[in-house]
Amino acid sequence: MEPSSAPGPIVSIIGDTDLIRRTLRVMIISRTLESKLSSLYKAGKIVGGVYLGTGQEAFSASLGCCLDQNKDIFAPLIRDQAGRTAFGEPLIEATRTYLGSVLGPMRGRDGNIHRGRPAERRPAMISHLGTSVSVVAGMLMARRIKGELAGVVGATCVGDGATSTGSFHEGLNLAAVEKLPMVVLVADNQFAYSTPRERQFACENLVDRAQGYGVTGREVDATNLLECLRVVQEAVESARSGDGPQMVVGKLLRLCGHGEHDDASYVVPDLKNSKLGRDCLEIGIQQVMAEGAVSVDEIELWKKEAAEEVQEAVANAQTDPRPDPYRDDWQAFSSKGINS
Amino acid sequence: MSVTYIDAIHQAQKELLSEREEVFLYGQDIGGFGGAFKATKGLQEEFPGRVMDSPISEDAMVGMAIGAAISGMRPIVEMQFADFSSIAFNQIANHAGTHYYRTGVPVPITVRMPCGGTPGSGPFHSQMVETLYAHYPGIIVATPATVSDAYHLLKESVAIDDPVVFCEHKFLYRWLKTPEIDPEPLPLGIARIARPGKHATVVTYSAMVHEAVRAADRLAKEGWEIEVVDLRSVKPLDMDTVIASVARTGRLLALGEAFPWGGVTAELVSRVVADGFHLLDAPPLRLNAKDTPIPYHPNLWAAHRPTPESIVEKLRELLNL
Repeated sequence: MEPSSAPGPIVSIIGDTDLIRRTLRVMIISRTLESKLSSLYKAGKIVGGVYLGTGQEAFSASLGCCLDQNKDIFAPLIRDQAGRTAFGEPLIEATRTYLGSVLGPMRGRDGNIHRGRPAERRPAMISHLGTSVSVVAGMLMARRIKGELAGVVGATCVGDGATSTGSFHEGLNLAAVEKLPMVVLVADNQFAYSTPRERQFACENLVDRAQGYGVTGREVDATNLLECLRVVQEAVESARSGDGPQMVVGKLLRLCGHGEHDDASYVVPDLKNSKLGRDCLEIGIQQVMAEGAVSVDEIELWKKEAAEEVQEAVANAQTDPRPDPYRDDWQAFSSKGINS
Repeated sequence: MSVTYIDAIHQAQKELLSEREEVFLYGQDIGGFGGAFKATKGLQEEFPGRVMDSPISEDAMVGMAIGAAISGMRPIVEMQFADFSSIAFNQIANHAGTHYYRTGVPVPITVRMPCGGTPGSGPFHSQMVETLYAHYPGIIVATPATVSDAYHLLKESVAIDDPVVFCEHKFLYRWLKTPEIDPEPLPLGIARIARPGKHATVVTYSAMVHEAVRAADRLAKEGWEIEVVDLRSVKPLDMDTVIASVARTGRLLALGEAFPWGGVTAELVSRVVADGFHLLDAPPLRLNAKDTPIPYHPNLWAAHRPTPESIVEKLRELLNL
């Protein structure tokens, strides 16, 4: 593609060059952070696991960037580092949680991607897939009952595997019945851990399910940043304007293992070499440059700044105090004086 | 005028809706229909927008309540039958129960569980669930045996910032009556001496309190004075009251309507043996339901759960040890 100084057609539709630039920048930061997390895991500095969103950054960041950090709700899942950063989660929260710092949001009591700050409308996921759909619905219901729902959108992300769970089904059905302003992103990334989509469901396209739930469905090539932004923005705006829940299925390939412990040897070369296997970050950089919205120098600067920000977040978290079993209060109840 | 156990639950919910704007009710058929047991009759009309019918989606009902609770609300979820809460188990145990410890943000939800057996209800409309939820950290499990406790413990459950599984016994709904609600309730977490005695202690909860008192009344005719302790909540478990009672009597029968493997009665025996072994004059005994699914026919059902007869028999065994 040739660089062009005039905005291209998709940029015109999105209508916001700052949004496009911000999304691309978030993708770069997310990729940089996750690459560092992988190194730390392989060096034995992170216990448990490291779960990356390589290849899903365009889809995830598009959602995070289209939401309003000051009033919307975002319940990310396992591969949403980009969306988390886009929605305003400081990098230090990721590094502190992965490294078990007591200063992080989970204080060493939970780790890796199980993190959030519910008071800032970022609920902390549990491992049971699909459970966040009804939780976000409840956060919206609370606002409806209090008369504070106007203009608020609640969003959550799942993968193709989560759509097989009862929790996903129940949650989306409930949100549809209540006509809540909700956006559910489904990253159809071809595998749930190692299980391919044909062992996960029998429908041709997951987006076909939207109609059954009575929600609006959209499908997007999730390797294409500008398309992701266009479609996700449309979905968020539809939800915000009262059209009820919106389901967006992003077609892509997970470009990493389930976690960094998994070499993903079950992903056949044909799939990797297919259109699905393209890297959304490379495509995104090319697209945004071609639209004239960013220069090579800026991309290099963003990468350098991302490396510095990540380095700082890691270095700070590494010097933080670790949890002390003699100081933990070991209290599962917030109520005082409950003796179990 | 008298108040039934279900009246008390209805009244508590009505007052909660009226007293706290954060309270709302969510459950199957609880709106215009008033609920399968009429615990919410007329409330939707009186509190529009705050008493809502849910789809048949126990997982999502509790997930929704969790989301609302972390957004400042105090939802009460009605399970149509406690048995169906198995579908919501994940959201209750893994989501609500872990939330405060993980994030520092409490989850003030109350899940009402119409539990326990009634004749003809069969395997899936009769079960006790207190053991399941008490096993997991972070969940309070209330088990009211009296009309006053049904009222006060429900109000207290909603006021508490932590998740509460509220086990209300269906057998007591309309049968149990009191002239008026006790104006001076014990707080949650404190057990009650339902019947004082000195020869043996029966520790129990929920509907079995009444069966234990009946058994104690029968033995009283023979001169035995049996103390009955009503736990009121199985988590927290008021071991001070239990141990004090065992100190007075020297003998313990732990009684429950739940299945026998593990559970509240096993916990009681284990704790009494560990903390009060020196107080015991005889090995502690347990009596539970049988280790089969709960049968449909009243003849079978009545023999499946502990009855005054089987409790008397077990107490005789204990008194003769």
